[in-house]
Amino acid sequence: MSELRTEELTINMGPQHPSTHGVLRLVLTLNGEIVTDVKPVLGYLHRCFEKHCEAMTYPQVVPYTDRMDYLNSMNNELAYVLAAEKLLGIQVPERVEYIRVIMCELQRIASHLVAIGTYGNDAGAFTPFLYCFMDREKVLELFEMVCGARLLYNYIWVGGLSHDITPEFVTKTKEFIKYFRPRIKQINNLLSYNKIFIERTAGIGVLPQDVAVNAGVSGPTLRGSGVKFDLRKDDKYSIYDRFDFDVCVGWGERGVVGDCWNRYIVRAYEMEQSLRIIEQAIDNIPEGDVQSAVPKRVKPVVGESYVRTESPKGELAYYIISDGSLNPYRIKARSPSFCNLSVINQISRGHMIADVVMILGSFDIVLGCIDR
Amino acid sequence: MGILNKLDISVEQFESGNIIITSMDKLLNWSRLSSMWQMFFGLACCAIEMMATSASHYDLDRFGIIPRPSPRHVDIILISGTVTLKMATRIKRLYDEMPAPKYILSMGSCANCGGPYWEHGYHVLKGIDRVIPVDVYVPGCPPRPEALLEGLIKLQDKIRNQSLAKHTA
Ligand code: SF4
Repeated sequence: MSELRTEELTINMGPQHPSTHGVLRLVLTLNGEIVTDVKPVLGYLHRCFEKHCEAMTYPQVVPYTDRMDYLNSMNNELAYVLAAEKLLGIQVPERVEYIRVIMCELQRIASHLVAIGTYGNDAGAFTPFLYCFMDREKVLELFEMVCGARLLYNYIWVGGLSHDITPEFVTKTKEFIKYFRPRIKQINNLLSYNKIFIERTAGIGVLPQDVAVNAGVSGPTLRGSGVKFDLRKDDKYSIYDRFDFDVCVGWGERGVVGDCWNRYIVRAYEMEQSLRIIEQAIDNIPEGDVQSAVPKRVKPVVGESYVRTESPKGELAYYIISDGSLNPYRIKARSPSFCNLSVINQISRGHMIADVVMILGSFDIVLGCIDR
Repeated sequence: MGILNKLDISVEQFESGNIIITSMDKLLNWSRLSSMWQMFFGLACCAIEMMATSASHYDLDRFGIIPRPSPRHVDIILISGTVTLKMATRIKRLYDEMPAPKYILSMGSCANCGGPYWEHGYHVLKGIDRVIPVDVYVPGCPPRPEALLEGLIKLQDKIRNQSLAKHTA
């Protein structure tokens, strides 16, 4: 029998592909079913956020931060607004701080629900997707109640908020907390501890701690590797130091530390912690006017500021340079998804094609955040 | 007979069973509009609203819309989000790969006209209709799921009035 002629095969995954979570293109080099090289190609959703900001005034930038990571608008707004407030030297009222924290944690739950739902979808389980979106709809109803928008809010303003919350919002949020606790357990039973799902994810794409730290990986992806690093604890911004919550890490409950399953389960753990934070905050909101500190004209002095926050995807930071005019001279966004994606080549080499889908899904990337 | 009533047809009883009499157009249109398969394809923020629409709360399945990953299986693309110049060439290619009859629904301001990136976005296509023909435009940034559903119902109306005779692309 003559020898089989084998050669490496290069194929495109994306930009139109159901599991690339948007318009990402991966160029895969394959040896049979085994992946030998992965090269992400970006730019299909480049929206020139940074250049755009130069033409905007400071408050006008806020809606564009919404559109950067659209699953997670509140956290994006908060990060930018904190950077702008630092530049302006504004101290916002207590009430504003509390409401911001509540909104951001609700948004974290919504974002993680999408991450979990679509990850199940990647693995071939469609039902968890439906369950997760049902619960996410409940969070969106709360947002809609306060600011009228479902997805992109423009809610957190420089120096305050666009609308005050109503007593109804408080009761509805409490109802949501009561409703959602058992649901987390349900989702875990449905997906997280499902034998097939574990087989697909445990031991796949192990990300070692040193690689993760060196590549600037952050958020649940980093904590899945067992590194206890959460900016809400480690770089206390806003008023997160007043709340009691745990930083969840993957500890190898199933599989090995740093694999896809552990990265995934950190998100399920974190939803519980977010509920705890909301519970503590919702009863202690002080009275006050949410727009009392909103400046009439945002015109900071010459200078620069950098604020980093913990978004559901990881470390989200804004760097603003002001030249003393009404428009920012330069805004740089440090997006978590971009840095997280950078390790994909290292950890997918040697796996099957189907595993690349699971590895990519476990990062929970958003293309708006990567390309900006 | 609920569905058939809407079809404007007559059913006659013959010895060996029923015979349905209707026009070819009506039958084709009825089958087309009740199973519009959609491309599993999202571009930006609007795609999240599209996903929310197809999930449990709004449930696109009732319209017979199921997402399919390959352009060769689909009847309709929802252009959901910002179309960059780089992506526009790909969308054109996907469109060309679809079998006729094909329909395009442009969802959100970005796909309609460039949206918030219209003025300063050097990289954004100012409306997907510069590349491929569009059947229905849904405005909004992002459009609510209800608005998207309305757009799909409008598209169904359009299909209902199609005719084989005066074929328009
Ligand atoms: S229209 Fe608005 S929501 Fe839709 S993709 Fe464009 S910016 Fe995003």
